[in-house]
Amino acid sequence: MSALNKYVGRNRFMEHEKMEGKKGLLKMAFLKSLPVMCGYVFLGIAFGIMAEEAGLAFGWVLLMSLIVFAGSMQFVMVPMLVGAVSPVTMALTALFVNGRHIFYGVSFVESFKKLKHRWYMIFSLTDETYSVLCGCKNEDPEEKKRDGWFWIALMDHSYWVFGSVVGALLGAALPFDFTGIDFCMTALFIVILIEQVLGNKKVSGPAALIGLVVGTASLLVFGVSNFLLPALLVSVMILSVWTGISGKEEKKA
Amino acid sequence: MTLILILTASVVTIALRALPFVLFGGNRQMPPVIHKVANLMPPAIIAVLVVYCLKNSIVNITMESLAAGIAALATTLVHLWKRNTLASIAIGTIIYMVCIRLFV
Repeated sequence: MSALNKYVGRNRFMEHEKMEGKKGLLKMAFLKSLPVMCGYVFLGIAFGIMAEEAGLAFGWVLLMSLIVFAGSMQFVMVPMLVGAVSPVTMALTALFVNGRHIFYGVSFVESFKKLKHRWYMIFSLTDETYSVLCGCKNEDPEEKKRDGWFWIALMDHSYWVFGSVVGALLGAALPFDFTGIDFCMTALFIVILIEQVLGNKKVSGPAALIGLVVGTASLLVFGVSNFLLPALLVSVMILSVWTGISGKEEKKA
Repeated sequence: MTLILILTASVVTIALRALPFVLFGGNRQMPPVIHKVANLMPPAIIAVLVVYCLKNSIVNITMESLAAGIAALATTLVHLWKRNTLASIAIGTIIYMVCIRLFV
């Protein structure tokens, strides 16, 4: 009897620990997603207002935020949907606007293999979720809190959907002037970048510098709307050459 | 038609996000060189995203650029000082919102 009690007690304790663990992960995820909330809700509202004013039905706005989930692409899509372009044009535009996303998964191939909701994580890997997850990885290299990543992705997605719905339904009736709040996304990227550099100065410092210099040069050469993809391509190329050279030096030594 | 177009955009976007996982996923191992580059990519990519966020302020120098510059600098300094992510972002954003109302 006492053995059974002991067993039940232990089981309860483990249950309790599990719950605490889950609560902890949810709390961690919420805190990590807060800056994205501030960006996505207001950007989502802006998107909803724009789509609604362009004459797009509410259902389409909701569907886009649910299954496309890519900020700049969705803004570009609105006039294309209204003008009923061909699917080929749409596919090419998506390829061009979202091409940068092929670089994001590379750093998460191994980590995501161990996640239950792997396909949802891949689907929802936006610029912001990617950056926040890079921050998590940087902070917790052994990835003990990896199970919380799903909640971060899901919360980010919810903020975006929520914002778009509010924007589409309430539209310009919203009473406040939120101009400038989108700076929180810029600030988020800056903070994550600083953490990356401080976490590993020797390696991340030069990598960040490459990104800043190549990004700015590419912006000046290709202009505002075309510079992102070439900037990422050239940065990755430089990183590859650098890795190749330092690899050879290691072999020599 | 709208449905087909939205589905097209969704499928292409998912395919782009999934490409590395399809190439290096499953039982195939990532070549060690790519693995090394993959570890270097986050700081470089996030640095490019910082430039992306500030693109208009960099290309068209206006009073808004000044606001963005001050706010970006404030975010950086506050973060180096306290290393509190939420506080740095909140302070940077508030400074930006105040500055564009004062300057522009």
